[in-house]
Amino acid sequence: MIEVHDLVKNFGEFRAVDHISFVVPAGRIFGFLGPNGAGKTTTIKMLTTVLKPTSGTMLIDGHDPMHEQHLVRSSFGIVFQDPSLDSELTALENLELHGVLYRVPSHERKIRIEKLLRFVELWERRRDFVKNFSGGMKRRLEIARALLHVPKVLFLDEPTLGLDPQTRIHIWDYIRALNREQHITVFFTTHYMEEAERVADEIAIIDRGKIIEQGTPASLKEKTGTQSLEDAFIALTGYAIRDEEVSPVDRMRTIGKVWGR
Amino acid sequence: MDVVYILALRQLKRYLRARARIIGSLGQPILFLVALGFGFGRTFAKAGGGNYIQFLTPGIISMGILFTAVFTGIEIIWDRQFGFLKETLVAPVSRLQIVLGRTLGGAGVAMIQGMIVALVCFIAGFRFENPALLPVALVFMFLISLLFTSVGTVVGSILEDLHAFPLIMNFLVMPLFFFSGALFPVQDLPKALRVAVGINPLSYGVDGLRGAMSHGTLFGLGTDFIVLGILTAILLSIGSYFFSRIQL
Repeated sequence: MIEVHDLVKNFGEFRAVDHISFVVPAGRIFGFLGPNGAGKTTTIKMLTTVLKPTSGTMLIDGHDPMHEQHLVRSSFGIVFQDPSLDSELTALENLELHGVLYRVPSHERKIRIEKLLRFVELWERRRDFVKNFSGGMKRRLEIARALLHVPKVLFLDEPTLGLDPQTRIHIWDYIRALNREQHITVFFTTHYMEEAERVADEIAIIDRGKIIEQGTPASLKEKTGTQSLEDAFIALTGYAIRDEEVSPVDRMRTIGKVWGR
Repeated sequence: MDVVYILALRQLKRYLRARARIIGSLGQPILFLVALGFGFGRTFAKAGGGNYIQFLTPGIISMGILFTAVFTGIEIIWDRQFGFLKETLVAPVSRLQIVLGRTLGGAGVAMIQGMIVALVCFIAGFRFENPALLPVALVFMFLISLLFTSVGTVVGSILEDLHAFPLIMNFLVMPLFFFSGALFPVQDLPKALRVAVGINPLSYGVDGLRGAMSHGTLFGLGTDFIVLGILTAILLSIGSYFFSRIQL
């Protein structure tokens, strides 16, 4: 479903993604893990057509994100790292707008919106403004929104960041249910290793732009001789804290400041 | 078409829900109308200019539209910082549809604001000299709205800094407003200022609106319409170009 071959992204002289390749077969839950600034979000941006790679090839459901943008865009749903709802609109209006953008016919839109809002337990709150929602509710609404156009792949960039354990468990329950019942391929990033261990069929660990290990959670633990995925992760990526700029653009600014360019 | 419509509708809904924004942006035009309209009214009449409110109203309406229109551009920066822009940029629709929807929505907002200002001017004593020209007045109001919303789109697409936007806009908008003939007749200005008025796009909007509503025109309704129409098309294209280059 997702095929990446020899993908590279440079920002100026900084190489954010360094010759990575991987394949995610249809119907799998794929965890993309790595320390801060490893290149996770940059990779997702390229896969989701909003950033041009420096070199390499990608395929999503058989289509190229660079040259068949519209086909690729209709085939995935995404939950971004930070919220992307319109908080001045109601939950219902946010979904309506998404449905129109993705050309879901209006009668079908109504049926799907109700089903999804019930699925993420927000149907009773559908007429409330999003600005009055909690962080967890916004996330659930974003997941519902990402599913409205029946995507084949769901990208989740740290979907549980900053949420309490109860909400996190719920969100992963929704995602697993989707994967089981509708065979949606899921590509996610997270910093919570115990979540990745519980949910993912397969994991790739990326560090400094390179994929350093790939396999099932069990095989990663076996390879590193560790008891938990968290220990395996530390064994592979080291103890050092990464100094991270928020985004590659920030990193470029920092480089510019340091070198006066 | 649905896409353009829903994005325009979003702008209108956001605007109509922000009561403080509507009332707040009425303050400045009303202040100008009352202070100048009643302050200079007598002097203007004595100097042989006729009824000043009749002269001033098209200028004040243009002002309301101008300010509202350019400041809709800030919503692009806002949406970029608070994420909603991403939702539209990964959707399977062209950037042109997105920018058209946003710009038409912004123009609609400015147009409504202009009508509210017009209503206030009626209360202050303005009367249409030829009610048959009302549709023409609406056309000019719409052109001014669309032109300056496009200006907002250009600046909003280039800038990433939410705080720089109002500063830059004030720097741009105040001279546009003062040297457009909105407040005083421009025929007798010194030559340099007359040139400034001549190259100011808003002058043609104010002139057209004045022609349709009250005092007769300086450039002629046809010229006003053609100049505004061409400039609007150009600015809309530039706005679309810069918007399409936005990267996340």
